[in-house]
Amino acid sequence: MKFSANSVWENKDYYDVAVIGAGHAGCEAALACARLGFQTVVFTVSVDSIALMPCNPNIGGSSKGHLVREIDALGGEMGKMIDQTFIQSKMLNKSKGPAVHSLRAQADKAKYSRKMRQVLENQNRLDIKQQEVVHILTENQKVTGVQAFSGAIYSCKAVILCTGTYLKARCIYGAVSMNTGPNGLQAANYLTDSLKELGIKMYRFKTGTPARIDKKSIDFSKMEEQFGDERVIPFSFTTNPEDVQIEQASCWLTYTNEKTHDIIRNNLDRSPLFSGKIEGTGPRYCPSIEDKVVKFADKERHQVFIEPEGLETNEMYIGGMSSSLPEDVQYAMYRTVPGLENVKIVRNAYAIEYDCIDARQLKPTLEFKKIEGLFSGGQFNGSSGYEEAAAQGLIAGINAARKLKGLDGIILDRSEGYIGVLIDDLVTKESHEPYRMMTSRAEYRLLLRQDNADERLTKIGYDIGLISEERYKRFLTKMKYIDLEIERLAHAYVGTGRKVQRLLHDYGSTTLISGISLRELVSRPELSYSILSEIDEDRPEFPGDLKDEIEEQVNIRIKYEGYIHRQLRQVEQFKKMENKMIPEDIDYDSIKNLRIEAVQKLKELKPVSIGQASRISGVSPADISVLLIYLGGRE
Amino acid sequence: MFYKSEKDTIAAISTAVSESGIAIVRMSGEQAIEIADKVYRGKNNKRLVCQKTHTIHYGYIADAENVIDEVLVMIMRGPKSFTGEDTIEINCHGGVYVVNRVLETLIKNGARPAEPGEFTKRAFLNGRIDLSQAEAVIDVIQSENEYALQSSVNQLRGNIKNKISDIRAKILYHTAFIESALDDPEHISVDGYGEQLRVVILELVSVIQKLIDSASDGEVIKEGIQTVILGKPNVGKSSLLNALVGEDRAIVTDIAGTTRDVLQEHIRLKELSLNIMDTAGIRDTEDIIEKIGVDKAINSAKESDLIIYIIDSSVSLDGNDFDILQSLEDKKSIILLNKSDLGGKIQVDDVRIEYLERHTNFKEFNIPVIEISAKTGQGIDELEDAIRDMFYHGQLSFNTEIYITNMRHKNALIEANESLNKVMQSIDLGMPEDFYSIDLMDAYESLGSIIGESMGEDLVNEIFSKFCMGK
Repeated sequence: MKFSANSVWENKDYYDVAVIGAGHAGCEAALACARLGFQTVVFTVSVDSIALMPCNPNIGGSSKGHLVREIDALGGEMGKMIDQTFIQSKMLNKSKGPAVHSLRAQADKAKYSRKMRQVLENQNRLDIKQQEVVHILTENQKVTGVQAFSGAIYSCKAVILCTGTYLKARCIYGAVSMNTGPNGLQAANYLTDSLKELGIKMYRFKTGTPARIDKKSIDFSKMEEQFGDERVIPFSFTTNPEDVQIEQASCWLTYTNEKTHDIIRNNLDRSPLFSGKIEGTGPRYCPSIEDKVVKFADKERHQVFIEPEGLETNEMYIGGMSSSLPEDVQYAMYRTVPGLENVKIVRNAYAIEYDCIDARQLKPTLEFKKIEGLFSGGQFNGSSGYEEAAAQGLIAGINAARKLKGLDGIILDRSEGYIGVLIDDLVTKESHEPYRMMTSRAEYRLLLRQDNADERLTKIGYDIGLISEERYKRFLTKMKYIDLEIERLAHAYVGTGRKVQRLLHDYGSTTLISGISLRELVSRPELSYSILSEIDEDRPEFPGDLKDEIEEQVNIRIKYEGYIHRQLRQVEQFKKMENKMIPEDIDYDSIKNLRIEAVQKLKELKPVSIGQASRISGVSPADISVLLIYLGGRE
Repeated sequence: MFYKSEKDTIAAISTAVSESGIAIVRMSGEQAIEIADKVYRGKNNKRLVCQKTHTIHYGYIADAENVIDEVLVMIMRGPKSFTGEDTIEINCHGGVYVVNRVLETLIKNGARPAEPGEFTKRAFLNGRIDLSQAEAVIDVIQSENEYALQSSVNQLRGNIKNKISDIRAKILYHTAFIESALDDPEHISVDGYGEQLRVVILELVSVIQKLIDSASDGEVIKEGIQTVILGKPNVGKSSLLNALVGEDRAIVTDIAGTTRDVLQEHIRLKELSLNIMDTAGIRDTEDIIEKIGVDKAINSAKESDLIIYIIDSSVSLDGNDFDILQSLEDKKSIILLNKSDLGGKIQVDDVRIEYLERHTNFKEFNIPVIEISAKTGQGIDELEDAIRDMFYHGQLSFNTEIYITNMRHKNALIEANESLNKVMQSIDLGMPEDFYSIDLMDAYESLGSIIGESMGEDLVNEIFSKFCMGK
């Protein structure tokens, strides 16, 4: 197909916002804009692949579960969707501190995609259009519309780029190379050039996915069965916990072995990664099996998770063995794994290369610094993962809408949410690989727990207009219950009665010499709020659907008070720098004594605050002092 | 990134330390007066908080029970002070050691060492300096920062830097392990890691404690090498002193203070400064050994960084010499054969043999022996070179003692250990593993500030390079 200028025509339908791409970022962006009152059109190369999960069949996971919760608290869709379509769910790191508890659910991929498509279809003010967008139209560095491959021009005031891995996409395994997007879907081959013409700097990244195999060909008796949690906790704060107690599907665990590794080693020369056929940069956190074998040569085996792709398909995902080795090698290596001796491959593993941007060209609102009205989110911004994409899509959508309303953009900072950490990292730090969220990236993770995402963000979502009055009231009620209960426990004393001593003794806790408040008892490491219920005679009844959440919050807040308090103090310091804004018209050249390197970096990145400036590599603490003084002088 | 709070109370020595007899320690911030009260001992239990602004008070500075110096304390309440904040200025009687001790005591009681230019910065931010002075302020901050970074990092001899890097590498590795398990719990397990970590932390805490302990020595090196000259009467100690003082060299004598009984000479050689102890005795009587005996002299030598031992090469060695030779063991020492112009009876070899006879566990005689003539000045240059080699390149790297030469470094070490102790507490309390990494990374960052390295992407890089993540 070739794009022809002869077919140009103007589509007269009125749109405020055009969203390009209907993956996880595009869906959240489009929904946010439409829900905030703007006529929105979302373009996709295939309506059948709206909210597609082209890689792993899960939502959530360590730190990603936090993102989903935050998306939900702000009024996004992902959490609700997975609650309706999951087939297995686990709380990861349950034996660790609450900060690193993380929900992860196996999704029924097709169902997830269909559900999300329905939500989009039924959303007022939102149109879906199957078309490849080839041009971003601008006037005076301001967005005026987009042009589709058909030649049609759509005028609009804001554009949100959510092109995922589709730009000039190329899928590769062995010597086979196809110019397609994921899953053989049509790539978008024109938009990159249009973006380059606008002066946008592009990167080329790479990622990969394992093979999908036929369930019938797997011998599960040689694998360990992996079950979901007995009591499932929903992602969305709006989901009634009773609604997610479903019958769950199983996953399966097996291992690679020396034979597998030998086959891989003997065929490395045929891997496009090692032969140089792939130029993009791959992510370190999800290495292909050949990467793992080369880099961790002394490991005798690697875990392999066999996960269902859905309930209405026989396809299974081979977690832990993504690859771009030739097809014959794929067969050979998978068949060395216990249980996979006779495995039939339905879809081959492949690596995919695609164009994305250096996200440092974006403001923290996810609008391009250079082009007014142009926003972007998701893998296009150099991230990876469905959840990272959805989070950015939501923020880009919210901020596009706010821009059209003449309001300031919403910027979550690093102390408010993982979303804040994610976006700040993307727009501030140089990255040469797809960016994945990790709990270790969050400085204040004791405050940024998945269990308190609503406490942190519901108010913001409400003010934005994505949280209903009813939900907000319910949230306030929950908060009130928590506060009152903590207060009550501080004044509820227990004595040295037999029942109390007995309970303490049973849990290995020091028995009492005199009376003590229940609050103090909760804070003992070996005890908890729920353990103490039998000696807490005045414990109130909480509303059924909030009960679990309230009790959890009471327990966590009391137990980790000291640590939480310490982080709050650090946040105070941090906020001071974040709140020192740098005016857009600042002239770095005129500031005497900034080092040259700092001037260059600051001019290039245009940080919004002293805080952001301080995180730019190449800007020293001394430069920050100089900036502070300069700004102090201007006031 | 880690910020020093603008609310903290800061303290620093605000006069050039080594030259003058009087030095001022300045402290500024919300708690300045409160902290001063903790260390100030005035008449009739006078409390500084109750005193009027812009008043001066006579008294003592004490670290708990130990009186450090006799001082004048000036109170200036904000906004009428240089910084615009509550400010305390302590006029000490000087002496490098004493001033440092005063500052250290303030820090121990809640102040933190000021960053370069920080007083000026506060003055500006609080509107005490007008805009026309802003550029000058920026100059100061940028240049002082560069200087401080350069000098403080350069001052760290290779082995200190390596030592700190080693500690950091260990902290990073263990944190990365914990974090990789948290990020990928299905592939990596961190259960029960606390017990393993406890051993590591205990070791690190003790290594850091040693660095902290050696820090007071380090401060002396930066400001002046504590030197003792030993020798029998009439071997030429005073002539040596005069030779060292020479034409282009300065000699500064401290005013004899009522609270001190030790006098010091502060001598500047080319790039060295020596604090020569007990010089009053040496200069006035020339017979300190007769008076107080070899034992006492050797005792004071124990507190020094450098012993210069003078032998009259025209006279044979005797019992006193042997005693001194015996005592030259773990200290840096230089032996001078004086009166070489008179044709010596004693040769370098004689000294070597006598020394080795008294230290049978030593295979080699490593103490430099220099022939000098204090009278003609012959050999003085060699002596200077020998001291320089000893303190600025050579000897120290053989030596197991580690010197931290900066109070800010010391403070960072203390902070690091506090963080590591918090990790121990978390382990003891049975807290989950993810709590450990928070304090581990604080320790990592504190140590990084000593060698001028920030955390950046270190942790994420370490996780990926050392541990195999899934998917």
